[in-house]
Amino acid sequence: MKIGLNVILLYAFTLAALIFSALKDRKKTKKAVLKGLKSLNNILPQFITVLVIVSIVLSLFDEALMTRILGEDSGFLSTIGAAVVGSITLIPGFIAFPVASELLRSGAGIIPVATFISTLMMVGIVTLPMEIEYLGKRAAIIRNTLAFGFSFPAALFVAWVVAL
Amino acid sequence: MKTIVRKYSAALLSIVVLAAFLLFWPQKSAQTFSTLSYQLSTMLQIIPPIFILLGLFDVWVPREIIIRLMGPGSGFKGGILGFFLGSAAAGPLYGAFPIVAVLMKKGASFTNILIFIGAWSTTKIPMFLFEMNALGYRFAVSRLIIDLVGILFIAAVMNLLIPQKEKDRLYAAAQNR
Repeated sequence: MKIGLNVILLYAFTLAALIFSALKDRKKTKKAVLKGLKSLNNILPQFITVLVIVSIVLSLFDEALMTRILGEDSGFLSTIGAAVVGSITLIPGFIAFPVASELLRSGAGIIPVATFISTLMMVGIVTLPMEIEYLGKRAAIIRNTLAFGFSFPAALFVAWVVAL
Repeated sequence: MKTIVRKYSAALLSIVVLAAFLLFWPQKSAQTFSTLSYQLSTMLQIIPPIFILLGLFDVWVPREIIIRLMGPGSGFKGGILGFFLGSAAAGPLYGAFPIVAVLMKKGASFTNILIFIGAWSTTKIPMFLFEMNALGYRFAVSRLIIDLVGILFIAAVMNLLIPQKEKDRLYAAAQNR
């Protein structure tokens, strides 16, 4: 298991905050921890749901399929395909960027690759159950739809700048 | 007991789907379990500290401060703060939502919260450096610029499309988290 530097920093910061808080007021600190655990407990069912759906979806959309979809020569179809794959999957940037770079090297177009990166980050279909829990159905659906639509002009802009 | 079952009904359903999937598609099981363990370890790594920090934030930071910094009257500065808070974050988008609830509870404006979500999703500083390395500075910088426009655009349109009643409902729900 690889533990990133930012995770270590996050824990160090949390620990420091806890110690500082406990030194100032033990009762308040206890209340804070209980509050944190309570809200974690409230969202746990959605976490489990998202976790399981992500595992199924990512095993279907493996790298081979992604390469096939994004690497299609037809620019339009591969862009739509890239948007759909990016919206459904949930891949951290430090995996997605090297994959995208590899796709570009093997001949994929910049527009589908940029669309994939955009939708990957801004659109979250599998995390919708969690988003709805906090933002409500209406806001969650509107946000994802707008982000999906925005990914296309964004990709055109990126492709335009890269080609300058 | 009944409420627990209802609370976990979607989770149970997803596990049933997973079992059926593995039953009918056993050759996918290795891939599925490796993804499952990877995602689980990511969640276990970042979720506990985030919720502890949220608890501390909730207890120590007075509502007046957040209203002043990020509330409806905070203007341009509030938006900038939302943007930098989101950009400084680490972790996947679902990590942002519990923070959204606390920001709502403390009185941050809906627009500033939407800017925060947008920044968290797409303009994270650590990721930007990584993107520059992998895809080149033209790709990374142009995406950053267009995403700034996108974040503001999405926040503005959402603010128009979500009725005040729905916003009030979300803020009221956030009080009990």
